[in-house]
Amino acid sequence: MARRLTPWRWAVLGLAALYFLVPLAASVIFTVDVPGHGVTFDAYTQILSADGFTSSLLLSLELAVATIVVVLLLMVPAVVALRLGAPKLRPVVEVVCSLPLVVPPIAFVAGIVTVLKWGPDHLSRTPLFQTFVAIQNPTFPVVLVLAYVVMALPFVYRALDAGLRAMDVRTLVEAARSCGASWPQALVRAVLPNLRGALLNASFLTLALVLGEFTVARLLGFQPFAVWIYNVGGSQAQMSVAVSVLSLLLTWALLLVLAGAGGRTRTASSRG
Amino acid sequence: MTVTTLEKATAEKAATVEFRGLRREFGTTVALDGLDLTVRPGEFLALLGPSGCGKTTALRMLAGFEHPDSGAVLVDGEDVTQVPAHRRDAGMVFQSYSLFPHLNAVDNVAFGLRMRKVRTAERRSRAAELLELVGLGDKGERFPHQLSGGQQQRIALARALALRPRVLLLDEPLSALDAKVRLTLREEIRRLQQELGITTLFVTHDQEEALSVADRVAVMRAGRLEQCAEPAELYGRPATAFVAEFVGTMSRIPGELKDGTVEVLGQRLPADGEAPNGAVDVLVRPESVQVRADEQGSARVVATAFLGAVVRVTVRLADGTEAKADLPAHEAAGLGAGSAVGVSLPERPVLVAERIQK
Repeated sequence: MARRLTPWRWAVLGLAALYFLVPLAASVIFTVDVPGHGVTFDAYTQILSADGFTSSLLLSLELAVATIVVVLLLMVPAVVALRLGAPKLRPVVEVVCSLPLVVPPIAFVAGIVTVLKWGPDHLSRTPLFQTFVAIQNPTFPVVLVLAYVVMALPFVYRALDAGLRAMDVRTLVEAARSCGASWPQALVRAVLPNLRGALLNASFLTLALVLGEFTVARLLGFQPFAVWIYNVGGSQAQMSVAVSVLSLLLTWALLLVLAGAGGRTRTASSRG
Repeated sequence: MTVTTLEKATAEKAATVEFRGLRREFGTTVALDGLDLTVRPGEFLALLGPSGCGKTTALRMLAGFEHPDSGAVLVDGEDVTQVPAHRRDAGMVFQSYSLFPHLNAVDNVAFGLRMRKVRTAERRSRAAELLELVGLGDKGERFPHQLSGGQQQRIALARALALRPRVLLLDEPLSALDAKVRLTLREEIRRLQQELGITTLFVTHDQEEALSVADRVAVMRAGRLEQCAEPAELYGRPATAFVAEFVGTMSRIPGELKDGTVEVLGQRLPADGEAPNGAVDVLVRPESVQVRADEQGSARVVATAFLGAVVRVTVRLADGTEAKADLPAHEAAGLGAGSAVGVSLPERPVLVAERIQK
């Protein structure tokens, strides 16, 4: 059957390739082929020296790392506890964790803006005022991390839930406990190593989300990578496309790293 | 497969286990309803019962995974009810495959030693020794998914023994395995247990398994202990009708009890067991029911099943009750379904129980 379908498969593959590769190729050509100058890589070399490139990329990566750390510290104990202690609450948590998908980012950020405006007005005479200032520090806006943690919840929950579903958490924990492991030890030594794939998935999804997030960061007035690309695009069209191509390659590289790591576990589990 | 001197040391301090008035409710279901049971030092005790009788709950209470609503668990006279699971000193083998998938066999066995901060070289040699003990010395580098179910349970057994626990808990460790492996592994568990002399609790719902390996078998029903006795006594002299019917096969034949003797199948036999005078059921094992071809007989053969050495014949008596009888294959040759037969019992005391209306 597979053989009979082969021509169709090639046709579909070809169409898909056209659909995805033509714009990509056009972008690349647009960045390297400057009219009257021939092929040049100036657009790419300019990126590195461009104002704000390094700082915005670093900011995005820092935000991503902070978000991953916070969301995993929050969700891993939560889903494990949920599975062991209160399996009946699972649908509730699932719905709660899926809410960020339903609420559009624009509504979400409107709410945050309101709170950020309201807070200082009412709390100006209390120490909380300083908190409001601190979380909006432009060099490392904590408020963005908090927002991204919420936005990453659906993906992280799903990734971790799938990972946990693939193993018998209760038995593993109990086996570890009967081998003399305390609760935290059982979690770290018996459960987490087997969640490696799920943790990598969750991390990657969060990373992709944070690197590409535009609405919240832009409306709150910060300048991570996505916002910077947009700003550059207004003034230097060629360079902004070059940056897009670069960020695409960067995302691919990260994907390949993840696939490599996941692939190793997959071959390990299919051996023998 | 040698047992080191270190292993023998455990035998000298084999522990006594006591359950005292254990009670546990899950919502509206009562899992344990005042369980009292004592396990002697170095004994292999099987907890037998239908599913939902509380046997696993009792075992998990000893392991520290469940806590009683009331009552106490004592190990060597010491109340361990409040001791957390990881300080219980009890090795456990689970029903489902419970090896850590990310660790190879050696590391699985050495897991407990690692938790106890035993040095690497020492724990590797100890783990290798234990793998040797369960006959898998050459599989140390394999990961759980590269091992068969039986091998995985052997390694789980080695892991449970690694910390030299005072009690070994086996929660239906054979139920996921196929019949042949189950048979060899249960013999091996028994052999190991005898060599190590470790107090062992073995939960099972398979009565054949329980009778064949245990020193004593505790039959549980609805959260209570029904009878705890040696296998031969349990089979030969069951204390209650429930035990009689759960352990082995039992047929109920109606009879009339009068002053210690019972009138059954036209015979008068001495009666065992508690029942008021009047209509009773006589409980008989298939091997003690005699069936012979008889044109005048009022009973009819309903079905026959070939079991190897014997043929199990189901007969319907004149009053409509069915009884099972085991006959040697050659005697059963002429007994097809529908043939008329005569049924009798040997001249021995029989167990009687109150009549159950069906």
